[in-house]
Amino acid sequence: MKFTLNWLKEHLDTDATLDQVLGTLNAIGLEVEGVENAAEKLAPFTIARVLTAERHPQADKLQVLVVDAGNGPLQVVCGAPNARTGLVGVFGAPGAYVPGLDVTLKVAAIRGVESNGMMCSVRELQLGEEHDGIIELPADAPVGANYAAWAGLDDPVVDVSITPNRQDCMGVRGIARDLAAAGLGTLKPLKVEPVKGEDAGPDVRTDDPEGCPAFFGQSVSGVVNGTSPDWMQRRLKAIGQKPISTLVDITNYVMIDLGRPLHVYDRTKLKGPLVARRAKDGESVLALNGKTYTLDAGMTVIADDAHVHDIGGIMGGEDSGVEFDTTDVLIECAYFTPEHIARTGQKLGLTSDARSRFERGVDPAFLEDGIAIATRLVTELCGGTPSDVTRAGTPPVTMASHAYSAELTEKLAGVSVPAEKQKAILERLGFAVSGSNEWQVTPPTWRRDVIGSADLVEEVVRIVGLDHVPSTPLPRAPGVAKPTATPEQLVERRVRRTAAARGLNEAVTWSFLSEKEAAAFGGGDWTLANPISEDMKVMRPSLLPGLLAAASRNQARGAETIRLFELGRRYFADGERLTLGVVLAGDRTPRNWKTGKAQDFDAFDAKADVLALLAAAGAPVENLQIFGEAGDHFHPGQSATLRLGPKTVLAAFGTLHPLTARAFDLEGTVIAAEIYLDAIPAKRAAGRMRTAYAPPALQAVTRDFAFLVPQDTPADSLVRAVKGADKQAIVTARLFDVFSGQGVEEGHKSLAVEVVLQPSEKSFTDEELGAISDKIVKAAEKAGARLRG
Amino acid sequence: MTELKQLEAELMTAIAEADTPEKIEDVRVKALGKQGAITALLKSLGGMSPEERQSEGPKIHGLREGVTSAIAERKTGLERAVLDAKLAAETLDMTLPAPAFPQGSVHPVSQVMDELAEIFADMGFSVATGPEIEDDWHNFTALNIPETHPARAMHDTFYFPDKRDGKDMLLRTHTSPVQIRTMTSQEPPIRIIAPGRVYRSDSDATHTPMFHQIEGLVIDKGIHLGHLKWTLETFLKAFFERDDIVLRLRPSYFPFTEPSVEIDVGYSIEKGRRVIGGSEGWMEVLGSGMVHRRVIEACGLDPDEWQGFAFGTGVDRLAMLKYGMDDLRAFFDGDLRWLKHYGFSALDVPTLSGGVGA
Repeated sequence: MKFTLNWLKEHLDTDATLDQVLGTLNAIGLEVEGVENAAEKLAPFTIARVLTAERHPQADKLQVLVVDAGNGPLQVVCGAPNARTGLVGVFGAPGAYVPGLDVTLKVAAIRGVESNGMMCSVRELQLGEEHDGIIELPADAPVGANYAAWAGLDDPVVDVSITPNRQDCMGVRGIARDLAAAGLGTLKPLKVEPVKGEDAGPDVRTDDPEGCPAFFGQSVSGVVNGTSPDWMQRRLKAIGQKPISTLVDITNYVMIDLGRPLHVYDRTKLKGPLVARRAKDGESVLALNGKTYTLDAGMTVIADDAHVHDIGGIMGGEDSGVEFDTTDVLIECAYFTPEHIARTGQKLGLTSDARSRFERGVDPAFLEDGIAIATRLVTELCGGTPSDVTRAGTPPVTMASHAYSAELTEKLAGVSVPAEKQKAILERLGFAVSGSNEWQVTPPTWRRDVIGSADLVEEVVRIVGLDHVPSTPLPRAPGVAKPTATPEQLVERRVRRTAAARGLNEAVTWSFLSEKEAAAFGGGDWTLANPISEDMKVMRPSLLPGLLAAASRNQARGAETIRLFELGRRYFADGERLTLGVVLAGDRTPRNWKTGKAQDFDAFDAKADVLALLAAAGAPVENLQIFGEAGDHFHPGQSATLRLGPKTVLAAFGTLHPLTARAFDLEGTVIAAEIYLDAIPAKRAAGRMRTAYAPPALQAVTRDFAFLVPQDTPADSLVRAVKGADKQAIVTARLFDVFSGQGVEEGHKSLAVEVVLQPSEKSFTDEELGAISDKIVKAAEKAGARLRG
Repeated sequence: MTELKQLEAELMTAIAEADTPEKIEDVRVKALGKQGAITALLKSLGGMSPEERQSEGPKIHGLREGVTSAIAERKTGLERAVLDAKLAAETLDMTLPAPAFPQGSVHPVSQVMDELAEIFADMGFSVATGPEIEDDWHNFTALNIPETHPARAMHDTFYFPDKRDGKDMLLRTHTSPVQIRTMTSQEPPIRIIAPGRVYRSDSDATHTPMFHQIEGLVIDKGIHLGHLKWTLETFLKAFFERDDIVLRLRPSYFPFTEPSVEIDVGYSIEKGRRVIGGSEGWMEVLGSGMVHRRVIEACGLDPDEWQGFAFGTGVDRLAMLKYGMDDLRAFFDGDLRWLKHYGFSALDVPTLSGGVGA
């Protein structure tokens, strides 16, 4: 909402400076978004007369002017077609900054002729869009005078952001009233002089008391629509409203000045009575913005016998809008129900200045004054003969009162304000206060947002000033602060920092994917109805697509090694699951002097990361088993899942399928992993005490075994069998060599396992060692292995 | 006994002349081996009379000891020379690069969330979470945002065509539904913060369709606006690690708070960059207010018994203000160069004793 300081002072009697006004606006909740004074940026521009204008010797479209800007003749090169001898315009001397061009003028030769400044156009001074020629001022404008001051532009424009609850401040007068309540002056009385009607009021009525409870109309015949007076144009232009014609400008001016939207119809284009009613489904209207809107029965319209002329309270129709040749008008001053306006506006996707006011709610008690002021302006500026006012329906002026106790201010806001002071503040804001201890407070008709006692506290506190609220410490529990993190949060933190410690870089990628990406990773359960783009449509079923896309972008930027991880949610019909994704691509080790060529990542890098991260998450890593079925996006022979039992999948990892890599434009081997943190069983709280432990006194014994197994036997099954051969003695069984080829039977491989045996009471005898070896060999045989001879 | 003296002289010469560990071993064998000269002399002691043995014994033993230690000393010296030569041959160019260990990093958003959790834990707030796919009751209705509120319009909110229990499903537009979920699931007093992803259908230089917010909620008896002011002052001082944090409270409007307060924080210009602290200018940082009676009621609590405050702000924005990033979009791009520059070490765990900044 924009207004100028002088405009404000039309309603507010005050000596306050601009800074005081701005400070108070912020303090009472009308946030200042910006202040601009056109006169400041136009300070160097003066009024000048063109003494002579001659053709430029080198260029057809240029002229060489001699201008007088008050300090004697100056030569200026000018390209404007309207530049001519005797014209009075606006001149910028060398050194002046031209805002519309973003240049600072200097003396320059233009096609060989020296130019000492510039005659300016409206656009060059950012006073409008016109750029057909230079500004033409009346012949008697004072040459040499400051242009902005002469033109009345020395009036700061203030832009305030009005929160959705403040219906009253959508007009300059409402802002003045608020400032007056805050002690910044007094609100001037509003001049309302109804024009007496000469004949019967127009035939208007409302058939939709729910959407349009009141519809006041007054017509004026014999008007002359022209251009509005300078004072009105200047104010409208200052706040960025383009003057159109007197009648349209009057409606805009009253809307901005008093927060009262109006509509003016060309009466000759109406057939029969003008009625507020519900639209028929499928009915359409060509609105003033040139677009056609299809309406439905939930919307309130203004229509005559022929068709719809106005989307009630939102935008008028093209058909019955006023033109320069309009002679008979009907002025509409109606009350539309805010919720209806909001719903209609949202459905149509149509915003307008009228909507933003009706949606908040206009003052229902202001219809009488509103139409009087509008008609007075029309008759004063356009002439004509007014009719009586027709008043259809009843505006909802009854305001509910609220019980209020002055102590509530301290209870809710922590600031003590004497009851008398509170009463005075509320009354200055237009509230009616009655009763002694517990008050009954009735909001004014322009404050429908005040619906309870907390709102009244807000009114008092914002006028008193929030800086008077004392900073009050929250009560603190005795002792040091207690830990607050949940087990899930602790897991998340540990896993994140473990991944970073292992050299992975944490990324945050979008939660949504394209349909294609989601489908390639199992498909998403949630697809947006209104995505911002096709690439951001489906809630991710996997963290990998986002990471792969990031990896691809990094590769395109020349990154040689990519280690990315993300910790976030996957989205399913039955919930959102905390997941960790890892993508490794490029060089695991770059080429270097020690090891020569660069080394690629492989699936075992993923396995190492997965196991370390699972351990950090508190998963029982020792009990996990390797299964297949990691997903179609993985290499079928170089991927696996880690499970707790056959069903609970804790992680999937491996080499990415080359087709998946290609779909993301990734080059080389790509390794990926996902850890399903939500699937990890919660650790039972066991207290801080560790189990008792003393390192064994006796030395452990190491024995190596080599077994032959069929080529497709998973090594893990043999190692598990070996480890389980003697649960007492065997501490670890570790596979340290895999070999096939010469000396190993065709279709088989040799697996070498190092077994560590720990004696407990006394050292192993040779017999005992032999017996353990036998058990190991037997267990291996049971698993389909043969001791290698 | 010139014989012994002579033998001693000969052996000492041989020891001195031996210039490799092998040669000194030869000398040792010749003198002290089974067939060695000194061994022979020792053996001869057995055939001597007691008197002779008395006088010769010590001399022979003395000779043996002297030669043994001379050999040992010479041997050590020679072995050391060999080792020195070997080490000299093993010289490496120590300016060669060592193998690099990859530099991992924690994303600034995660780091800042950890910092927030740490600061608020000291004030007794725990961290709450809620679903990002929400229903319109939790996201709007319970927060006193009526159906006709502009925030509900399609152009702000991402909707799903799906319905759950008859409710429209959407991506939460703020972390405020966690307030509702907390108040409906636990008994007051409540002190929580709720950080997380939120979504709005908005994309330009300063807006991304996904970003991070943090919500704060206190519900107790006798909590007022003054407590809110103190909490935010205390938090901002701790977070920005400065004592000259100045707040400016402005009346504002949010449907779920009444009174509503917008919080500006003062900044100053240091080396051409905006830095939080001082009051050269004001920056809008937080939205807040006293929780609306209707919200408390919607959660099944008695607003005459329980009252409190709520606040919310952008986590990404806090990170940008504290650590100086200027482009929000880079947060979600996964550019390794950016992640390594603005990211944090795994060991930069924020703690009260070590500081909540890194």
